[in-house]
Amino acid sequence: MRLYLDHNAGAPLRPEARDAMLPWLGPPANPSSAHREGARARAALEEARAAVAGLIGAAPAEIVFTSGATEANNLALRGADAGGRIVTTAIEHASVLETARAGGAVVTTVGVDAEGRVAPEAVVAACSGRPALVSVGLANGEVGAVAPVAAIAAALAGSGAVVHTDAAQAAGRLPIDVRALGVDLLSLSSHKLGGPAGAGALWVRSGTTLDAQLRGGPQERGRRAGTENVAALVGFGAAARVAGATLAESAARLDALTQRLWQGLAARLPGVVRNGPASAPRLPNTLNVTVPGCAGESLLVLLDLAGVAASLGSACAAGAPEPSHVLVAMGRTRDAARNGLRFSLGPDTTADDVARVVELLPRLVAQVRGEHAA
Amino acid sequence: MNRERVVVAMSGGVDSAVAAARCVRAGYDVVGISLRLARDGSGSCCSLDDFHDARAVADRLGFPHYVFDFTDAFEAAVVRPFVAEYLAGRTPNPCARCNQHVKFDLLWRRARELGATRLATGHYARIGRDPASGLPVLRAAADPAKDQTYFLFGLDAAALARTLFPIGDATKAEVRAEARALGLPVADKPESMEVCFVPRGDAAGFVARNAPAAALRPGAIVDEDGATVGRHDGVHRFTVGQRRGLGLGGGVARYVRRIDAGTGTVTVAAGDRLCARGLVARDVSWSSGRAPARGTDLGVRIRHRHALLPARVVDSEDGTVAVAFTGAGPAVTPGQAAVFYRDDVVLGGGWIAGEIG
Repeated sequence: MRLYLDHNAGAPLRPEARDAMLPWLGPPANPSSAHREGARARAALEEARAAVAGLIGAAPAEIVFTSGATEANNLALRGADAGGRIVTTAIEHASVLETARAGGAVVTTVGVDAEGRVAPEAVVAACSGRPALVSVGLANGEVGAVAPVAAIAAALAGSGAVVHTDAAQAAGRLPIDVRALGVDLLSLSSHKLGGPAGAGALWVRSGTTLDAQLRGGPQERGRRAGTENVAALVGFGAAARVAGATLAESAARLDALTQRLWQGLAARLPGVVRNGPASAPRLPNTLNVTVPGCAGESLLVLLDLAGVAASLGSACAAGAPEPSHVLVAMGRTRDAARNGLRFSLGPDTTADDVARVVELLPRLVAQVRGEHAA
Repeated sequence: MNRERVVVAMSGGVDSAVAAARCVRAGYDVVGISLRLARDGSGSCCSLDDFHDARAVADRLGFPHYVFDFTDAFEAAVVRPFVAEYLAGRTPNPCARCNQHVKFDLLWRRARELGATRLATGHYARIGRDPASGLPVLRAAADPAKDQTYFLFGLDAAALARTLFPIGDATKAEVRAEARALGLPVADKPESMEVCFVPRGDAAGFVARNAPAAALRPGAIVDEDGATVGRHDGVHRFTVGQRRGLGLGGGVARYVRRIDAGTGTVTVAAGDRLCARGLVARDVSWSSGRAPARGTDLGVRIRHRHALLPARVVDSEDGTVAVAFTGAGPAVTPGQAAVFYRDDVVLGGGWIAGEIG
């Protein structure tokens, strides 16, 4: 039986999301149409918007639906104006880092410590009291580090900074309240929390200036033109609702399972290193480890052949990752940064699944090392 | 299930696709691996399209496929020596180096970690057995027009013993027909003929971009009497035997005769002055483990797709061999491989250091 432990790359569709989507895969569904079909679609879309807003303590009118967190990050970084300066961190998703560099703004990249943590003072210092667009991801999907976004936003209040956070990996796994966070913009992804891929959102605090990047229609209050994908967004809404309702229980359960996985591997694999924070705050479902003397690529393939889907840091189009920029930023060597093996658990992961990996991985490591010695 | 596992190196092209298909048909437990080699992807290989093609073939044939990132190793084992050779006035052969150091060594080691007992590729070559020693030997492909043994001479008996060349007995037309019959999406994919990591075949431009400016060797173009007939902006732009791009104007056709990277001097001569009497090769390995005796007649190939030249061993010691051409000699290009054959069997090979005096 296949065991899927790559939820940070993309989670399976939750049954609730699937059930909510099915009725929308047939009928005409343009929410801007004047007829009854359009009105039905509009109602479904707004219900999804309310559900997504509810997950993060936002008002529905502040949610701009997008095609995903990548588009949301692009919209935030291109659309918000903050004096031509961007302050971000070295461990952000490529959709933040590449968009920041491509835009002509002066970009300052703040480093992280060996566990992937951002120091709020470093971000504040990089802003040097002047307006800037600050983009700091709430949780890092590769190693699970959680950034002190609330402290950063509080320290920058009144400085003219616009604060954006990419919460694609945090949403549904950690409680999020946009008012408590104090940020201005927040990106969400549907498929990381059990909705379909191809849907996401940018939360835009009421009163925040944002230029549309896709033009040509009044959709999403003029901030994102194009007919909304109602079926996908309805699925996103349903997944957000379930993720929110089960979050506390799910986070505690996943945290215990992840700990069990780490302790099991640490006991059986001398020298294994955990990449990421040694303690909370961190994502409850993410374990990134390096096994010394083993090519991560080989272990990943052997795991896959044995039925376990994991990953080497972030997924890339061809499945051939460069050394992880996150692990490099955490001070790992280029070689070590190739070998970080990530397990990311999800709502369906069980204690038996964890036991299977704890039994399997040391055997595969022995195979790889044994063959080396031969 | 206790089938023998084979790793098939898959470029995304039709040859390796059919090689994989033949491994599946033979009952092996096939794992397809594509290698990301060139970093910027601006050459003809390692594009995402190639990986997706390989993955589509694997999916069609029902075996798993993965991509390994070998960019660092490829840079060290192939790209940097390629640049260094041009700067030294030689014309490198990166495909042979890649086969020897990357595909049949590093990839093999990975394959072993994955539990594979064999490595298969889509090269046109065959593996035979030496009747005297019982050791495996490399043999030319059944289709002489496609034979790739020139790039594979670095494989020793141990490497050959674990290697499969499933399409070595086929012609290209047969391979394409088989791919079509299997419904493989790459059946009609065009071939890449260039050095895979060099965009648009512009080796000189690649060297100039990848070498420190101070390492480029501009200098004089002189004739055989030492008279300066032109200037050039780097010896890396030339290869022995080259006629085009010398910028010498009309008149009698002249060819690059010699390149001296130390002084930056490129010597040109008329075509009839290019013919060498023989060549010296270094870092030569022999499949039997022993160099053939002085006086041994053999065939030597000094460029991919060139005809085999009859030659005789005139000297041999410590991995260096000198052979004299017994027929008309061609221009000999330092840095290229010299691969020695008896009939269709590869006896060994090495790197051309120069002509015999």
